[in-house]
Amino acid sequence: MEYLVASTVGVLTAAGVYLILRLRAFPVILGMAMLSYAVNVFLLSTGRLAVNLPPILSKYATEYTDPLPQALVLTAIVISFGMTAVVVMIALGVFFENGDDHIDDQAADADVSEGKS
Amino acid sequence: MNHWIIAPVILPAILAPILAFVMRHDISLARIFSIAGAAALAAIALGLTVLAAQGETHVYELGNWPAPFGIVLVLDRLSAMMLLLTSVLALVALLYAVSTEWDARGRHFHALFQFQLMGISGAFLTGDAFNLFVFFEVLLIASYGLMIHGGGAARLKAGLQYVVMNLAGSTLFLFALGTIYATTGTLNIADLAVKLREIPIEDAALVRVAAMLLLIVFAIKAALFPVQFWLPSTYANAPAPVAALFAIMTKVGAYAIIRMYTISFGPDVAATGSMAGDWLLPAALVTVMIGAFGVLGARGLLPLVAFSVLGSMGALLVAVSAFSPQSTAAALYYMVHSTLAAAILFLVADAVISRRGAGLGLLQASPVIRHNGLFAALFFGGAIAMAGMPPLSGFLGKLLILDAMRAPDTMVLVWVVILGGSLLTIVGFARAGSIIFWKSTAIDVPEVAAPMPAQPLAITAIFAALAMLGLLTVFAGPAMDYFDATSQQLYNPAGYISAVLGNGV
Repeated sequence: MEYLVASTVGVLTAAGVYLILRLRAFPVILGMAMLSYAVNVFLLSTGRLAVNLPPILSKYATEYTDPLPQALVLTAIVISFGMTAVVVMIALGVFFENGDDHIDDQAADADVSEGKS
Repeated sequence: MNHWIIAPVILPAILAPILAFVMRHDISLARIFSIAGAAALAAIALGLTVLAAQGETHVYELGNWPAPFGIVLVLDRLSAMMLLLTSVLALVALLYAVSTEWDARGRHFHALFQFQLMGISGAFLTGDAFNLFVFFEVLLIASYGLMIHGGGAARLKAGLQYVVMNLAGSTLFLFALGTIYATTGTLNIADLAVKLREIPIEDAALVRVAAMLLLIVFAIKAALFPVQFWLPSTYANAPAPVAALFAIMTKVGAYAIIRMYTISFGPDVAATGSMAGDWLLPAALVTVMIGAFGVLGARGLLPLVAFSVLGSMGALLVAVSAFSPQSTAAALYYMVHSTLAAAILFLVADAVISRRGAGLGLLQASPVIRHNGLFAALFFGGAIAMAGMPPLSGFLGKLLILDAMRAPDTMVLVWVVILGGSLLTIVGFARAGSIIFWKSTAIDVPEVAAPMPAQPLAITAIFAALAMLGLLTVFAGPAMDYFDATSQQLYNPAGYISAVLGNGV
């Protein structure tokens, strides 16, 4: 199982990094989502991988799984979900204002030196 | 337990939703409450600084759960001074925004501003690494909204780049925290300090990876080479009062480096040793040079200021990278100074550009603006502060940094780079100032376009910030006493650890 989880994190991260390095907003957002899935799986595995073990104290259990990474992952999921929504909205705004979804700085000099829009 | 410690987080957190939901249709009411909130925050921060100056480390246990099981807020000299700096800066930026009506160009400016203050205050106060991540996200998500406040194609595009860069940074932060948790089993900063010191050097590979990942995350926030690319276009395109407030955002990164790499991954930790400083120094030196060349080559006034901020971050991190009590005290002095200087320059640049008219942010002569002399003087004041010339505190700050960087093998390099960078910055600012304020007087235009309102409050805000730099210079002695005590506190983490973990450890 360690092998499966580790390769999942690896593949997701590689795909995410590849997509983030694209020049257009849509692949970059997908890449962000991939990266956040990768990090969520990674966080879950930091408490050691365990199956069918309770995360809370119980009279009958002899072994436990670490509950903290699960709490961390929940927080991380909520935050990355909200962030994805924000970045989609901003990307849409850019698309409607500029007419293209390029994310690089093609006309940066002209834009920046105007100072204000 | 002193409940005032959590007030800097609670106050903006309560105020922001009220501003967003109750006062969204009444801008003058929102302004009054927002400014009153920032003033109250400044008063609380002042009180906390006085409290922290007595030297004790105060701990606030949320929900009364003892550390390391619960999340704690920790007030020591460093967090108190950062809080005070934030609230003062926020007040200046807010006064400027209200006076120039920047806050009315889009919706929810004041609510976002308060959320931003909540995130920054929380990041300075928290004693837990994961909680630090959460507060980073709070301040970032508010900053995304503030960054694109007012809209416009160029600003939205710069905003998107800023968001993407920071989202990638957040992911990296989580990877770093996961690695730290997997190796040490804790994320409490004080508990980490204990656990990391117990790790023998032969088992340290994963810890070193985590420390480097964390350093990269904080370097992104602090705009350190090679992850500094987001800063110039973000700061140059952000609304001016927001850019002034963002001056503290890069310092959040510097603060996090100082906090984590003295208390937790301190120089006395066998597992990581001097690794952080070894990597920081060259990167910071390159950042100084990029900033200086950027100032020299910038074609617009706001990019010029943004690059000068980059250069000042480089100088600050050069001082941080030495990780000695003396250099950290110098870094803290320079941090306070450069935050205020950056804010002044952004506000002056915006005041000048808005008077020159749209599209005239370029460094070129154009019809002379009203009160040319006043703005020339303000720009001059901000420029000599940023470049580090006497009589303002930039000179003292750079002197302290140079004095602290006397390690024989790096001294020549550091001195040459910082002094050379300062020279280039002076040349760049002199060129910009002479083009904008002197050459413009040669152009004869009979009638001035619609005159701007005088905006006395905005000018007062800029003067207040300049006066604070003056005070920082005049009272450099007492200020340095405080900063020296602060860095003593940081390099003796035993006090911090026993305050957080109690006497049992």
